[in-house]
Order: sequence, then structure tokens, then C-alpha cells
Amino acid sequence: MTAALALGDDALVLSHRLGEWAGHAPVLEEEVALANIALDLLGQARTLLSLVGDEDELAYRREERAFRNLQLVEQPNGDFAHTIARQLYFSTYQLLLYGQLASGDSAFAALAAKAVKEVAYHQDHAEQWTLRLGDGTTESHERMQRACDALWRFTGEMFHPVEGLDVDREALRSAWLESVTGVLHRATLTVPDTPDTGAWSAGAGRQGLHTEAFGRMLAEMQHLHRSHPGASW
Amino acid sequence: MSSSKDWPLWEVFVRSRRGLSHTHAGSLHAPDAEMALRHARDLYTRRNEGVSIWVVPSTAVTASSPDEKDPFFEPSADKPYRHPTFYDIPEGVKHL
Repeated sequence: MTAALALGDDALVLSHRLGEWAGHAPVLEEEVALANIALDLLGQARTLLSLVGDEDELAYRREERAFRNLQLVEQPNGDFAHTIARQLYFSTYQLLLYGQLASGDSAFAALAAKAVKEVAYHQDHAEQWTLRLGDGTTESHERMQRACDALWRFTGEMFHPVEGLDVDREALRSAWLESVTGVLHRATLTVPDTPDTGAWSAGAGRQGLHTEAFGRMLAEMQHLHRSHPGASW
Repeated sequence: MSSSKDWPLWEVFVRSRRGLSHTHAGSLHAPDAEMALRHARDLYTRRNEGVSIWVVPSTAVTASSPDEKDPFFEPSADKPYRHPTFYDIPEGVKHL
């Protein structure tokens, strides 16, 4: 189940990244918002990884190279603008992807139908913040633009083929581009024109190649389980 | 957590289901009304508590003062005939 692993790892890894904001978010209200999104994603990850095997084994016992998540979701939180840009790019993709899967008859249809409502809220949350930061102060605009630019090269990977994932990738890509472009324009931001595919772009997460920060994230995520194998409450 | 002092305070009212009124749930900080609504969703309806949310700027609330407690509320204390205790309520009528 390559596809279930890919989508499950996306949700698991992004959930962990968002969870890293706990205790560090700029305001309490936003901390709860990010934690809510993280918990939605964790729920999706559990369902998807359970299709593949034992969810705990998969989450806590795999090596870095065995993870199939997009490189986008493993990128560090950075400042709040980076977290929001990452979320906007990913949630828009997930919303469109789950929308397609929900109307199909694959093994993911039921999960997608439930998750699409959660993800619609994630996308809205990211969009609201993109608008406010982009069209906010000079500093917030600069930071938001920098974040959108920095993460752009990781977006092409979302539209690479995944074995077992029966979706119209061209439709997905054009709808994604239209949605994200619309939000960035309304936020008075410039749509990055640097490559998102090809030799200069990043993205081989689906093949198990990950960026430097992912190893550290994984070490933190897995250390408790690895230090106390089989422990229970 | 320091920047929240720049954000205005909002009072949150949640209606738990159809047929009931909105009830004050608490307050929160948010940069504007739309974000206040979303924060309220995350803070006060995450355990399936609501079907509708209102947010109101706290500054828009005029409250009775504790000093006025007696003239405001005491006169109603000895008027039991204002309570609808003299009716038989048919079974099955809720939220009356």
C-alpha cells in the first residue's frame, strides 16, 4: 500500500511538526488552533497507517529512509509565516486530493469523505492567516513572502505520481495553482516564479529521500518508544 | 504570549443546539471578528458543544455594576407569582 503509506506519512509528519508549537505559539488561542489541526492529522495518519500495518510499528520503528512523506511537510516550523505557508500549500493540496478520493471508490473514499471537512478548516485557517500576514504590516508582509518563496520548491512533489493513488494529477495541479495563486494575490503577495519541478526543485520524499531536518525530528518523535520498547500506560 | 495584549478581547456565545439560546462560554483574544470566530470554534466547540457561535467585542458589553445589585435584583426576590410554578407542564415539553 504505497499510497496509504505516502498519505499517512504526510499526515503523521506534519502533525508532529505542528505539535512542536505547543508551548511556543505566539498566542494561546493560536496554539490551540495549531494543536487542533495536528490532532486532525494524527487521526488521519492512524487510519491510513492502519491500512498498511501496525500503526505504532510504522510510526516509531521505521528508519528515515522508509518514510514516504513529502519533503514539504517535514520542513521545520521556522517563524509563524513559514508554518502558515507550509500549511497553505499542503492543506490546499490535501483538500483537493481528498475531494477527488471521496468521490471515487478506492480504499480511501471513506477516510477522504470524513477528512475533507477537517482539511477544509485547515485550509481556511491557513488562508485567513496568509491574508492577514501578507496584507498586514511591512514586516509581516516580508516574512510571509519569504516563507512562500522558500517553500515553493517543495510544492512540485505533490503532483508526482504515487503508486496506487488513482487521481487526475493534472486537474489536481491546475486547481491547486488556481487556489493558491488566488490567496496569494488577495494577500498582496507575489506568486513565486522559481521552479517547483525539474532539476532545481526539491522533492524525493516519496522515494524515501529526506532533508536534513527530518532526521532530528524523527529522533525526537521516536526516542521515547525506542527507549522503552513495548511500554504501556 | 506577550503580543496578545495588542489583540482585543472578545466574548463568546455558543448555542449548543437548535431551540436553545446562545449562552456565554468565555472570552478570548483575536485580531478581528473573523479570527475570533475561528478561535472560538477551536476553544469552545471542540467537544461537539455547539451549532452556532457569536463573538462580540468585550468593549461592546455594558454590565450592571455590583453597587447596583440591591436596587436591580432584590425587588424580584419576594414575588413568587412571577414564577411559572402554577402550571402543569405536559410531559415531553423541553427547555421551557
